[in-house]
Amino acid sequence: MKAGTVRRTDFRYRLGLNLRAVVGRSYPRIVGANREPSWIFFEALLPLLGIAAYVFIYQFFGNQAIAVITQSTATAPWGMCGKHACADAGEQAQYLAAVNANTNALVASVVLGGTMVAFWLNVLWSMASQLYWEKEIGNLQLYMMAPMNRMALLGGMAVGGMVMTSMRAVSTLVAGVLVFGVIFQVASPLLLLAVFFATLVALYGLGMMFASLYLLWGREAWNLSALMEEPIFFSSGFYFPLGGLLRIPGWGPAIAIAGSFIPASIGLDALRQLTLGSTAFGGTLWIFDVTTELEILVVMAVLFLILARYCLAYLETLAKREGKLTSRHQ
Amino acid sequence: MSTYWRTFKVAAWLGWEMDSNWTEPWLFVLYSIIKPVAGAFILVLMYVVFVAIGRPAGDPDAFSYMYVGNSFFIFVASVLFGTFQVIQSDREWYQTIRYVYISPISYYVYILGRAASKIAVAAFAVAITLVFGVFFLDVRLHLALIDVPMFLAATILGLAVLLAIGICLGGISFLTAKHTHGLAEGIPGLFYVFCGVLFPLSILPGWGQAVGRAIPLTYWFDLTRRLLAPNLTVNTTLTGYDAPTILLFLLVSSIAFFGLSVLIFKIGEYFARKAGKIDMTTSY
Repeated sequence: MKAGTVRRTDFRYRLGLNLRAVVGRSYPRIVGANREPSWIFFEALLPLLGIAAYVFIYQFFGNQAIAVITQSTATAPWGMCGKHACADAGEQAQYLAAVNANTNALVASVVLGGTMVAFWLNVLWSMASQLYWEKEIGNLQLYMMAPMNRMALLGGMAVGGMVMTSMRAVSTLVAGVLVFGVIFQVASPLLLLAVFFATLVALYGLGMMFASLYLLWGREAWNLSALMEEPIFFSSGFYFPLGGLLRIPGWGPAIAIAGSFIPASIGLDALRQLTLGSTAFGGTLWIFDVTTELEILVVMAVLFLILARYCLAYLETLAKREGKLTSRHQ
Repeated sequence: MSTYWRTFKVAAWLGWEMDSNWTEPWLFVLYSIIKPVAGAFILVLMYVVFVAIGRPAGDPDAFSYMYVGNSFFIFVASVLFGTFQVIQSDREWYQTIRYVYISPISYYVYILGRAASKIAVAAFAVAITLVFGVFFLDVRLHLALIDVPMFLAATILGLAVLLAIGICLGGISFLTAKHTHGLAEGIPGLFYVFCGVLFPLSILPGWGQAVGRAIPLTYWFDLTRRLLAPNLTVNTTLTGYDAPTILLFLLVSSIAFFGLSVLIFKIGEYFARKAGKIDMTTSY
């Protein structure tokens, strides 16, 4: 047997092969996207409008609340402070400051949620659905025949996806600060970076796991991804602090706990605490302290990557057995 | 004319099958309900959180304003997506656009037909969301019997404008890469911000209010809200227009946008053919 056709199993060779596969699969996402400049407008700038709408909702609520506080009537000459009439100008000013601070914190929550939305959508549509998509357009069999580990393929998609999506995430943050005047107070930048990257690894690990599940499904995969948009935005608190759900008696905590299985929910809670201060919203809307949330994220990241590895191997075999690995348009 | 009608019918049937036959009917119904209700619940929670920390007395009028606008916004997202995604899904996903395109039918009518099933599903979702709001969230609705014809006319004209805008985007997407999701998120986002869907135009800066007043959908949302929830006290800044004037404006807009959609669609098609992009795939 010629040296070139011998199946190499030594660690160094396999590592090099898989790293090349990671680079190879991430390359088209990074370079391909940049060769299509319209992508920046459609994928990074246009979606900012949806986030702006959520920002304006909080500003609308804030304006309505300020109008009530500043409106002088016969029974409440200093306006209304909560459910009672303000006692004097001092109490009125105190309530106004509280409304302004809360509105800023909620707007900042939306901006942070908006950055995470970008990554979550990328996980859904460019990670989870990607193998299904590759099957539909006929590339999957080529990947399956290639000698690299399938995890390297998914890893490449994840790296490419993260880089691609960072443009949109950064645009959202910049728009939040420059256009909406959001003020972030970062006390621990290293912890912030640790939480951010732990969230991303856990999210993309989940995406890898979904990708393998989607191998088995036909058109249900597309619809499942569509179904995991608004319901997840809601249950994971993308546009409001998740603690708000916990305050609703009965179904609220159940949905919040279910939503917490998506790493973005815990990650967002920690990021909000780190950028707004743990005393924001009176300190009543957080789930855990930041350290605990970071630990949970690290556990999730490891768990999802391991599960992705096993799911991929198992479901690839199952898909081959059921003859669904390359069947298109089911 | 009969060719157009036949094309529309067959495309509508095809669209319905593509949308719904991937699962059992009960699961499809559930799927059609969960997405919009979850979307409404995002707003409910935003309101709950704000009331909890900023306004203990609550603001039911602001909530009803937002809820009704959001319910009807389901039409915007579905109809726009239902039209412009046809070209990209046929081109990139199913790769059947070359066969449909060379068949002796109007591709414009074919797209309208494909969007019809999305409109039907969206109408169902809007109804469910409104009923849910009235019974479980205390949303204040009151549609007088005398206003029903005007409400129906406004809805039909609003949908016509939406279809025309969707076709315009379809014409542009002949020339672009696989941007379905960016478009699906971004263009409705444009209307979400500028059309007074969730908050009155007065929240926007002056230039934003001017943009909003130039989009016909702003008037559609305002008229719909006036007819469905006439007792809301939120100042929409559009009180200077009475209901028949808005309806007339919607009629003129739908005709103008129809003409514009034909023009943009033809131009997009022409340049796509010239550049050989009709059946390109951009899967990265």
